Amino acid sequence: MVSRPLVFSLAVYGAPFSAQASQTAYAFAKALIDVGHRLERVFFYQDGIHAANVLAVPPQDEENLTEAWHSLAREHQVELVVCIAAALRRGLLNGEEAQRYGKPASNLAPGFEIAGLGQLLEAAVTSDRLITFGA
Amino acid sequence: MSTLHTVNKSPFSHSTLASCLSICQPGDALLLIEDGVYGALASSPQAEQLRAVHAKGVRVYALEPDIEARGLVGRRLDEVELSDYAGFVRLSSELRCVQSWY
Repeated sequence: MVSRPLVFSLAVYGAPFSAQASQTAYAFAKALIDVGHRLERVFFYQDGIHAANVLAVPPQDEENLTEAWHSLAREHQVELVVCIAAALRRGLLNGEEAQRYGKPASNLAPGFEIAGLGQLLEAAVTSDRLITFGA
Repeated sequence: MSTLHTVNKSPFSHSTLASCLSICQPGDALLLIEDGVYGALASSPQAEQLRAVHAKGVRVYALEPDIEARGLVGRRLDEVELSDYAGFVRLSSELRCVQSWY
């Protein structure tokens, strides 16, 4: 365990299945928690938001990153934040947004919340480290 | 302020490694991840530049699981050390600033 624990936040820009970013970020997240650091927030931006789609059905022999993020967040009180502007234009909505725009369904996975880009800025200011995983 | 640079693109298809190497300062560290690990090869277009930067005092690492996933075990330059994810975490806490090149 590390002698001086730090607060980390991560920014994920790549979609699962088309970039490695989400997988790398998840492995990094587990590793930092394992050695005793704190993971405060993971911010999903641009195509990274696809990691929060509850309707994605990856093959059974592949890791389900959406569920993996959710359980990591539940066990270690991590905020999983999806950028609202990136999410809405890609058809990722929570119940409230689906209702607001008259859409027939919502698909934001449990454990994730939709919020503004300000949450990324706040993570950059309040965390000891912000690590970006680009597409 | 020393910086950890991560590069996730292959130098055979992108210029991110070249850009990164051109601004690395002594005391910085460079970690090759994802397709960036192709930059650890002796045949990489940036191999000479990487050697020169290493000689100036920049530590260079490649993420071991990504090296293994691409069949590059035993094919890296002597200047490039292997790191696992715990090493990635250690580097990012040691160095004050982390710059991702992608």
